[in-house]
Amino acid sequence: MAPTKKMGIKQKYAHLTRGLDWETTYEKMDDVFPYDKFEGIKITDWSKWEDPFRLTMDSYWKFQAEKERKLYAVIDAFAQNNGQTNISDARYVNVLKLFLTGISPEEYQAHRGFAFTGRHLRGVGPRVACQQQSLDELRHFQTQCHTISHFNKFFNGLSEFRTMHDRVFYLSVPKSFFDDARTAGPFEFMIAIGFAFEYVLTNLLFVPFMSGAAYNGDMSTVTFGFSAQSDESRHMTLGIEVIKFLLEQHPDNLPIVQEWVDKWFWRGFRLLGLVSMMMDYMLPKKVMSWKEAWEIYFVEAGGSLFKDLERYGLKMPKYHEQATEACEHISHQLYGLLYQLSHVTGLHAWMPDDEHMDWLSEKYPNTFDKYYRPRFELWKQQEAEGKRFYYNGLLQLCHTCQLPMTFTEPDDPTTTCFRESEYEGQHYHFCSDGCKDIFDREPEKYISSWLPIQQIFQGNCGGPTIPDVLAYYMFGPNDGGEYVGSEDNKLWESWKNATTKEAAE
Amino acid sequence: MAQIASITLYQNDEARPVMEAILQDNPTARVLNMPGAVKIDVDDELVINRATVEEKLGSEWDPQQIHMVLISMAGNLDEDDDQIKLSWKH
Amino acid sequence: MPVKAIVDNYKDFNPNRDLPEQYHGNLMVYLYWNKHMSFVAAMAAPLPPPTPFGALPEVAKSVYGTHPDFEKIDWSKVEWTLDGNPITPDFAKSIGEQGVRHKSLIRFTTPGLDGFEGKYV
Ligand SMILES: [Fe+2]
Ligand SMILES: [Fe+2]
Ligand SMILES: [Zn+2]
Repeated sequence: MAPTKKMGIKQKYAHLTRGLDWETTYEKMDDVFPYDKFEGIKITDWSKWEDPFRLTMDSYWKFQAEKERKLYAVIDAFAQNNGQTNISDARYVNVLKLFLTGISPEEYQAHRGFAFTGRHLRGVGPRVACQQQSLDELRHFQTQCHTISHFNKFFNGLSEFRTMHDRVFYLSVPKSFFDDARTAGPFEFMIAIGFAFEYVLTNLLFVPFMSGAAYNGDMSTVTFGFSAQSDESRHMTLGIEVIKFLLEQHPDNLPIVQEWVDKWFWRGFRLLGLVSMMMDYMLPKKVMSWKEAWEIYFVEAGGSLFKDLERYGLKMPKYHEQATEACEHISHQLYGLLYQLSHVTGLHAWMPDDEHMDWLSEKYPNTFDKYYRPRFELWKQQEAEGKRFYYNGLLQLCHTCQLPMTFTEPDDPTTTCFRESEYEGQHYHFCSDGCKDIFDREPEKYISSWLPIQQIFQGNCGGPTIPDVLAYYMFGPNDGGEYVGSEDNKLWESWKNATTKEAAE
Repeated sequence: MAQIASITLYQNDEARPVMEAILQDNPTARVLNMPGAVKIDVDDELVINRATVEEKLGSEWDPQQIHMVLISMAGNLDEDDDQIKLSWKH
Repeated sequence: MPVKAIVDNYKDFNPNRDLPEQYHGNLMVYLYWNKHMSFVAAMAAPLPPPTPFGALPEVAKSVYGTHPDFEKIDWSKVEWTLDGNPITPDFAKSIGEQGVRHKSLIRFTTPGLDGFEGKYV
């Protein structure tokens, strides 16, 4: 038999997905796929969905196996060579604590969400892509746990990450974001996570974060980060395909999709506020400022994307100008939050040194010296008097994003932004117009939000006192508070001073 | 403002031939070096030709191998056996 | 606009988790000091409706008392708003009698005290 010519990828993909979307005969299609109609999205031809990567399952396994082999070789090498002693500073580890408690569990939520959409969308193209993404997200969760577990042998604040994620007040910000997406229908989930999060916003999370890890000597985290991110291009592609597909299928889909884009852009922007604080304040050696990252990844990249989607009538997400303007402020506001609440978090915070503050002045010439440096000056003075500033109480949360109500009016950084709605005779408070709109669109959904401060007052978080609540959060006694003088700090100093000590014991 | 087609690759030896091929085939490309990653931007359209990568690499290269060194991208993707294209043109 | 749900009885699955009766007889009250932006957000306190309005300075002190301006406050000159409307509270009467309800926002301005170095900090 003459050898046949090797198949091209288009041909191979067509063969490997052929017939996977057969019409059922024993059961009605609508019974087999009960979830993909109630949201009001109209699909006329599922076969129009194209996966431009055309990645078949066999190639998928091959590439993923290769990535895993490489990653685990690095993780082993890092552990064997005591890589933890070569990071830039132990302050850096707080970035990993925030990541492991706030982001890794969301990888798991993404895994569950894409498993659901991979089962319940009836087209074959999206089902294959969603199932691959579901497996990717599980891999991300696992590799992140494995990588960071090495740091858990030495540093505080990492061991109870799963419980913390479900209970701790600031971690309800990412948790409620994914809970919201996963309790939506499959198409909204795809727009929320596939499009708004993966395509529009995920670069802002992973690229500067992992580059930051590289710059701060954390070889193992760079490796899991970029290994995860190499899956991200597929996820971004799925995200952009889903939006184009929905908009091409039926003109009635446009207003629904626009509302979802507006909602999930704003929710994502609020969530990424935590990343802004990490980039501008928590990385000992900085890669770029949050504002610069926003310029590159939202203004420039998002601008190109939305210009492309204009042909379908889709507009830039509502309040995107407010978001861009707020990028002058949010990292400073949120680090101020961490600084004064660190004693009730699983993270350490510290006073930025003079060099760091000068860097902030340079990166934020319009705002840092005018609005934020004076705060640090007051706190520095209080530290010098032995009265390090902590916020000694519980505070008001936004009912939508669940962040403390700390953000300011779009045109006035000296006034806190308060927005309010009335629903069935009750008050609801919001940090912004974006968060208020989200609530007003679906109040029946958000009235059941599990707001951490409300739950403490209702007696559902371990007891009435702060120590009761911290025990319920499963914080160890040395997990949070001021970095200087902490166990992590002392351990780090002991490593730095150990050059004359013998290593063998 | 032009729409920017973009790709972000690992900063390592495996990605280097791909990066060199991009710079050769997209003469207006701009490069942003970051620790661990390199971002390459081109106005409107960015292409990666298999033939150019193979020439830089000195051996065969399957465009799907891009998955091993890819961090991020922007633009509508079209991939076949000879080329990867990221484009905002229609 | 109502939620689009796959079931008709969506509300049965989705209880309100923030109703006054869930707070063991307390009101959840928000207290905010204008022009003192170094405090990350308004404080939240569980207060029974009979609490006299005059107890609020003491409640405020638990959080805001660390600020150098706090001890300089002349409480007789403080300007108050309740849920956006200016009020002249009677310190001897209760908060419940004076219109404070679950999740009311009480804001106070302290004339002449504009934060650390007058910078709204
Ligand atoms: Fe992921
Ligand atoms: Fe992803
Ligand atoms: Zn909010």
